[in-house]
Amino acid sequence: MYNLFKKSTVLALAIALGAGVMAGCGGEKKAEKPAADVKVEGKVAASGSTALLPLLKVGQEEFYKQHDKVTINLSGGGSFTGQKQVASGAVDIGNSDVALSDDLKDQGLVETKLVGIPFVFITNKDVTVDNLSAQQYVDILTGKITNWKEVGGADQKITLIHRAKSSGSRATIADVVLKGAQFTDNAVIQDSNGAVRSAIGTTPGAIGYVDAAYVDESVKALSYDGVKFSIDAVTGGKYPVYTFGRMFTKGEPKGAVKAFIDYVTSSAFQEANAEKQGFVPVTKMAK
Amino acid sequence: MKQHDINRLRTDKWAKYVLLACAAFLTIIILALIVFMGQQGLQTFLDVSPLEFFFSADWNPDNGKFGAFSFIAGSILVTVFSILVGGPIGILGAIFIAKLAPKWMRNILQPAVNLYMAIPSVVYGYIGLTVVVPAVRDFFDVPIGFGVFTASLILSIMILPTVISISNDALLSVPKMLEEGSVALGATYWQTIWNIVLPAARPGIVTAVILGMARAIGETMAVQMVIGNSPRLVDSLFAPTSTLPSEIVVEMGNTPFGSTWGNSLFMMALVLLLISLLMIFVVRKISSNAEVRA
Repeated sequence: MYNLFKKSTVLALAIALGAGVMAGCGGEKKAEKPAADVKVEGKVAASGSTALLPLLKVGQEEFYKQHDKVTINLSGGGSFTGQKQVASGAVDIGNSDVALSDDLKDQGLVETKLVGIPFVFITNKDVTVDNLSAQQYVDILTGKITNWKEVGGADQKITLIHRAKSSGSRATIADVVLKGAQFTDNAVIQDSNGAVRSAIGTTPGAIGYVDAAYVDESVKALSYDGVKFSIDAVTGGKYPVYTFGRMFTKGEPKGAVKAFIDYVTSSAFQEANAEKQGFVPVTKMAK
Repeated sequence: MKQHDINRLRTDKWAKYVLLACAAFLTIIILALIVFMGQQGLQTFLDVSPLEFFFSADWNPDNGKFGAFSFIAGSILVTVFSILVGGPIGILGAIFIAKLAPKWMRNILQPAVNLYMAIPSVVYGYIGLTVVVPAVRDFFDVPIGFGVFTASLILSIMILPTVISISNDALLSVPKMLEEGSVALGATYWQTIWNIVLPAARPGIVTAVILGMARAIGETMAVQMVIGNSPRLVDSLFAPTSTLPSEIVVEMGNTPFGSTWGNSLFMMALVLLLISLLMIFVVRKISSNAEVRA
């Protein structure tokens, strides 16, 4: 008798739980929103760059307000993962903050530029140098110059603190600043923008680079070839240390995928959100 | 039979199946882990020769160079240094707690050691990054505080609870008779500890040291935060280098699964797993030998 009671209780609980879960699932998508002009529906799966994820999340929220029949799944994994997954067809959009890697060039991927991502070189606050020339940056990053006095600073050892070899930021600097030269391995590696900034802030004579959004009071921002970073300097073509956040699709985007990409690259969305997140609106970029 | 008895027997039967299922689940998980890591890891050798992977320190995945020697060397180095510092301190601490401390002090110290074990490694890492790294830099007057020295220092503290608590158990399990006999023969307390208690507890203490090393070699977060993670062969105690776990954690976030690069990270994880398994095997060997002798 006792056992019977226990079993029925468990059963009742299970049913209640199950019903609750189902009700929860059903309820979520019920809320009707005014439909947009064009009815698109379907699912969009996107993966890749974690740097672009916060911006795309905002885009997703806003997009849902107009298109209630579309489900968008956003995930991270890194730029290279995004490229690889879109090429293999695992996702519809591969987000990347680096150019398409060579071995994927024959896969018929189409690139849509999402935002400009500027980088800024930063140093510890005890460094007296304010500006370095393009060549001086190359010499420091490759390990040819190892003391600040060689570039007009105090007699102090230069410590390079930057990102791991798998990092998209590092790939961009290698491409834009080093132009093919190799980084020295004599460097401290941190695994995120925030960690690079705090390590540079606490290590005398340290230099490195971060996404422009990460520059703050704890470090000193350097000019590049005499140009100080600003959004205008990037859009005016004066400040070259930037890359594009891109969305790759297999073939031309269509349907819901196209609707989402069009939405996040529209000037209304870009101008309202890109700068807030430390990016340059793609609609303002030269080219 | 009464209903009550039937239920009792049924419960007994079900309990057996539940326990069996749990044990099977555990075994399946560990086997699946090894198989999966082996499968992914060994694919590395489709593109990279084992000779290069294990004996070259040239880690340059962009140019197809996958030499993991500097990580293996880094791992071994920090493990050896940390056990050289942490081992003796831990064992001597355990002797004090087990044999010399007054009862009230032991009642504080033993729970304290257990508490110590529960500190998350990221806490050690964070303190290491913000306090120890600058302190090492200033104290030794070197340009950077990241490196093998700082990592070993932090690891030697992190392995203390493991070493202390296992050594403590070993010391406590030495029969009181042996000690009393030694003191009765006129040996001093220190002579008794050195000549009687320590040798008798040796298998347990060796186990403590090996498990301490296993803890050190697998530690990821705390090491990653203070070692600098530079993929280069260590040439100074105060220069950034990398270990197997720290390199995995730094690179995995942006490395595509299934690429040679991704596979080589799994291979590094497999190497780590095999080293740990080897250590566990040695520990089992030691304890079974000790049983035979006793």
